[in-house]
Amino acid sequence: MKNEIVIEPKRGWVPVNFREIWKFRELFYFLAWRDVKVKYKQTALGVIWAILQPFLTMVVFSMLFGRFAGIPSDGVPYPIFVYIGLLPWQYFASVLGQSTNSVVSGGEMVSKIYFPRLIMPVSTAIAAILDFCIAAVILGLMMIYYDMSVSATIVLVPLLVLLTMMNAVGFGMWFSALNVRYRDIQYAIPFGIQIWMFVTPVIYPTSLFGERYAWLLALNPMGGVIEAFRPAVLGHMPIPWTALGISAAIGLLIFVSGVFYFRRVERYFADVI
Amino acid sequence: MSSPIIEIQGISKSYTIGKKEAYGSLRDEIMQTITAPFRRRAKGAITDADDTTIWALKDVSFEVQEGEVIGIIGRNGAGKSTLLKILSRITEPTSGRIVMHGRVASLLEVGTGFHPELTGRENIFLNGALLGMTRAEIKAKFDEIVAFSEIEKFLDTPVKRYSSGMYVRLAFAVAAHLEPEILIVDEVLAVGDVRFQRKCMEKMGDVSKAGRTVLFVSHSMPAITRLCQRALLLSDGRVVQDGPAHKVVSAYFRSGLGTSATREWPDLDNAPGDDVVRLRSIHLQDEDGKLCEVVDITQSLEIEITFDVVKPGVVLVPACRVSNQDGIIIFQTNDWNPRPRQMGYYRGTIRIPGNLLSEGMFFVTVAISTLSPGVTVKRVVEKDAVSFQVRDCSEESPMRSMWAGDYPGVVRPNLPWKYTWTDIKQT
Repeated sequence: MKNEIVIEPKRGWVPVNFREIWKFRELFYFLAWRDVKVKYKQTALGVIWAILQPFLTMVVFSMLFGRFAGIPSDGVPYPIFVYIGLLPWQYFASVLGQSTNSVVSGGEMVSKIYFPRLIMPVSTAIAAILDFCIAAVILGLMMIYYDMSVSATIVLVPLLVLLTMMNAVGFGMWFSALNVRYRDIQYAIPFGIQIWMFVTPVIYPTSLFGERYAWLLALNPMGGVIEAFRPAVLGHMPIPWTALGISAAIGLLIFVSGVFYFRRVERYFADVI
Repeated sequence: MSSPIIEIQGISKSYTIGKKEAYGSLRDEIMQTITAPFRRRAKGAITDADDTTIWALKDVSFEVQEGEVIGIIGRNGAGKSTLLKILSRITEPTSGRIVMHGRVASLLEVGTGFHPELTGRENIFLNGALLGMTRAEIKAKFDEIVAFSEIEKFLDTPVKRYSSGMYVRLAFAVAAHLEPEILIVDEVLAVGDVRFQRKCMEKMGDVSKAGRTVLFVSHSMPAITRLCQRALLLSDGRVVQDGPAHKVVSAYFRSGLGTSATREWPDLDNAPGDDVVRLRSIHLQDEDGKLCEVVDITQSLEIEITFDVVKPGVVLVPACRVSNQDGIIIFQTNDWNPRPRQMGYYRGTIRIPGNLLSEGMFFVTVAISTLSPGVTVKRVVEKDAVSFQVRDCSEESPMRSMWAGDYPGVVRPNLPWKYTWTDIKQT
């Protein structure tokens, strides 16, 4: 007969069941759609929050770091510089935060309904893309204001967004799985994200550290991505391919190991949650 | 063709409690990982002696044929829910193997995955997708789901504004329209109003009539005897009985006591009740005062309940309700004594006369409440606590006379016929 299901204890590493994930593909969409629908319910400002957060952060950072601290910005107006950094960073931070909590906050579903658990940390990345797009519109307006033109390399942006997504989901899978057993994670992550931003070239350029230490920043999977984001949009300098490559490779490693770790431990989710 | 649709082979499930708790600290875990290679050698010696392991299921094996409706019964903690969770692939067995052929849908709890902020319409799609339906399937079934749930008017209202009844109706409606080959249901009929429960039961009956396989956990013995041909009785994680539903249900009632006709709570602290009253026993006995679980249709049956009043000065209304195997309440009788009770041990009896009930299995629910205007405090509710069978075996039953076939009706009172006779020619 078709559709044979075998249930037995699994040991060790479990491969991803792509057929099953394909079968549940619409669930990605529905969970993302739910998150979008619910996100700004019962808020007075609604979707404006998606603009306010990066915009106000940009204003504050421009004052603090651009004006007072005088951090260099590779010859780009500092507000533009920091905003382009904040766009992928805030997307990353928001997906990572939600992804980490996704399994625990969906605990009721985990213990009562069967579906591929991987969908939970992954679908958070889809919902947040909307906020990213809305915030990107503001960037366009800012560039008009500063009379700057877009570089042809902007075609690389979707790839960079994809890398950001991969990074966020990769860490998200690790942390959401760990969070099921160790709720310490959910307290550590918001704090960790703050620290993480300061070791990522969001508010400063890598050039601040000179060539010798650039590779160190590239070890941070978000470092190379954000460093490449600015030239991709503005074309004011060559894209740092080496740094991007290193970051992407490390990001991929985190992602793949995250998938396998998640698959390995998901068997006890329902028992522990 | 005749190969079973579900084969369950030696399923066990253990949980570890105590020292190595589920919420271990990160530090312990890291230490364990580091020391794991060194401990592994001694492992065989440790595992058997490890008394912090509890077995929720122990070596459970059975087969289910296509189209069977199987009831799974057992006391709390017997492993019923664990079995369903394993069959639903929510949790893994510790050992053993299950092979299932066909699409499985399980309904372990009504309304999981509903989002309170979303409307009824949106939740139908979300919940459907969670249960494994595609958007096209949900669209095709949408009108049916809405009609079944009876919430048309509130379709675009967020479900957080729903009454609990509406919520449950919608949730059951979505799950009931999954059309799986194998349906796994856990105790969902315990919710909602009586009319809707009946509707759900009918729907589950339809599912099985359509040739689908249903596994069904319930504490409601009438529901089991009505819906299932076959039942499994679980006790301490093992299958102790497997056979025709009514036989297994009687075995369940008898388990531990030797008869379905009595329940006793020797330990006052664990007896059903509260700080005012504790139920001590329920007995079914015949005219001679002997315990009786099978009664002839012509004979009367006495229900005796005993209870301790441990706090004086409260008005108590004991009640007995008798329902049949279809879950239909045949009658309920209350003792409306308005005087506050003194402390002490009470023994109350009621007698069900012969020639009243029809043939079949009956369940007795006992409750003790305090009624004051506007508030009812249910102090004791023992649902379907004892059961008995009414049999029509006597040759000269006044009700049957020569008729040997099925006798219709939920009751079979012996009502005398009276006539007046007039000769037609005179008019």
